[in-house]
Amino acid sequence: MSQMSHERAQAYWRRNLSLMIRLLVIWFVVSYGCGILFVDWLNQFRIGGYKLGFWFAQQGSIYVFVVLIFYYARKMAALDREFGEGE
Amino acid sequence: MDLKLLTYIVVGMTFALYIGIAFWARASSTKEFYVAGGSVHAIPNGMATAADWMSAASFISMAGLIAFMGYGGSVFLMGWTGGYVILAMLIAPYLRKYGKFTVPEFIGDRFYSNGARAVAVLCLIVCSVTYVIGQMKGVGVAFSRFLEVPYDTGVQIGMFIVFFYAVLGGMKGITYTQIAQYCVLIMAYTVPAIFISLQLTGNPLPQLGLGSTLAGTDTYLLDKLDQVVTDLGFREYTTDVRLSGLNMFAFTLSLMIGTAGLPHVIIRFFTVPNVSDARRSAGWALVFIAILYTTAPAVAGMARLNLMQTIEPSPGEYLEIEKRPQWFRNWETTGLLAFEDKNGDGRIQYSADAQVNEMTTVDQDIMVLANPEIARLPNWVIALVAAGGLAAALSTAAGLLLAISSAISHDLLKGIYKPDITEKQELLASRLSMAVAVLGAGYLGLNPPGFAAGTVALAFGLAASSIFPALLMGIFSPSVTRAGAIAGMLSGIGVTLFYVFQHKGIMFIPGTAFLGDTPANWFFGIEPNAFGAVGALVNFAVAFAVSRVSEPPPAHISELVENIRIPGGATPEHLS
Repeated sequence: MSQMSHERAQAYWRRNLSLMIRLLVIWFVVSYGCGILFVDWLNQFRIGGYKLGFWFAQQGSIYVFVVLIFYYARKMAALDREFGEGE
Repeated sequence: MDLKLLTYIVVGMTFALYIGIAFWARASSTKEFYVAGGSVHAIPNGMATAADWMSAASFISMAGLIAFMGYGGSVFLMGWTGGYVILAMLIAPYLRKYGKFTVPEFIGDRFYSNGARAVAVLCLIVCSVTYVIGQMKGVGVAFSRFLEVPYDTGVQIGMFIVFFYAVLGGMKGITYTQIAQYCVLIMAYTVPAIFISLQLTGNPLPQLGLGSTLAGTDTYLLDKLDQVVTDLGFREYTTDVRLSGLNMFAFTLSLMIGTAGLPHVIIRFFTVPNVSDARRSAGWALVFIAILYTTAPAVAGMARLNLMQTIEPSPGEYLEIEKRPQWFRNWETTGLLAFEDKNGDGRIQYSADAQVNEMTTVDQDIMVLANPEIARLPNWVIALVAAGGLAAALSTAAGLLLAISSAISHDLLKGIYKPDITEKQELLASRLSMAVAVLGAGYLGLNPPGFAAGTVALAFGLAASSIFPALLMGIFSPSVTRAGAIAGMLSGIGVTLFYVFQHKGIMFIPGTAFLGDTPANWFFGIEPNAFGAVGALVNFAVAFAVSRVSEPPPAHISELVENIRIPGGATPEHLS
């Protein structure tokens, strides 16, 4: 494709940034939040034999990370198509 | 069949496979040598990245670390996986768009300076060499334990195999061997875990088993584990914080951004056809990694429980020395497991109290290595674990060696020293520098310098404090200047090294640690291995400060930054 205009490139980047920021908030909350900062409070709840905070630190955060990357990849692929950047 | 013979057969078969792949995937151009022709599909690349990434430390040591650290071990689990989220969103797609062969090449172009490129090469070599020594040691140790060949011979065999496929095939050969190595290592890791989970809980999935009740009872496995460890005076497994919340925070952050800044991982994303594939491939890499990383805590908890219950079969009643199981005796001969009957009662007391404790040595590595024996699994599973450990170490070593050799041949030689060599000459130079890198790594593996122990975590701190901030600012902040980037990288890596040296000894030489290695002397109680996060902050602060007072970047830099942010189109000639 031809080079995007400066304005369109800026618009594309802003959309990317806002998606990225939303996902990074989740990334932060599940790992540093649930896994470290609020772990004691969450440990009063349980998921099976796991204390919830412990589960987030050793299992849950990893599952969420995987989902975040695929969600980002899908949303960005859609954004690429919208801006005529699909390959 | 005899275990030793079986192990030879299994390991021999995997090695034959790697060599076969090397012949099939020879590189015939620099593009094939550096980035496997840029045509690897997202899923196989994810698999290769997983093998590239998961080293002897992940395979052999991590579950053992978690087994003894409990909840505190979560820093490795979150840190070494969460980094992929950052890599997928903040780093990999833009560097893939730029479409070059090495990480220092991007840094040199973005910061319009061969000086920045040379500093990046220096940082890359410092992190990768620290990392590769650990892998060579892992190869030697795996050989000596499972195949009973001397450590040195083990390292030499490992070197020969890597030499063969890395020099012949470059990234192309490495990619396809890494895919094979992933399959070997993930089987070797999950098969024993499934068996043990079944034995203990009746649930075949270790991830669910760890949260289940013990077979035949209604007590949860983790509750039982908490109870047996606290009975002996150890801290509760599921809540044992590593030093402090702040330290865990810094440690996790160091490992995450270190992951996103390790050149041998980043260059794997140069091998996929386009930007969209780079994003998806990071997702697949994490899927393949998560299979091991979500199994590891189960292996850790279950192995710890098995160990505790072997030594204390029922509350207050300890194992009689004469009745200790065969695996216990086997591992005593390696020196990784040792006891001393201090009170002479013919039983082995295990306690958190060093005065009473009679389990004098329990090496964390046996948690994975002895697992199949503890669970009385068939010999072929034990042989498979040996092949898996070797696959993990060899695949990571090869990836690191490629990062090192391409930095030498492509950045230093072709980029800075002799830009006018032909492609053919560069390909020859890249093979030669690969050969030298393999021999150098082998030498360091045979004569490990004093600082070799525990260096893998340090490599992350160094990457976190030097390369990651430079890449992030290069992509996200067009106003950061040449002087800012160079000063930032040098001060980030400098502060981190200084902090490690002052607590661990200069070049880790014992007795030169002028500030003692005790939590009381640590900056805000942050341990040296976790200091990369602070080093990264220093890097950012210095880079922004220097950029404000130095001459702004030339006009084409903002154009370059805008260009790498959008996925389509080629990078115009005048920008690259």
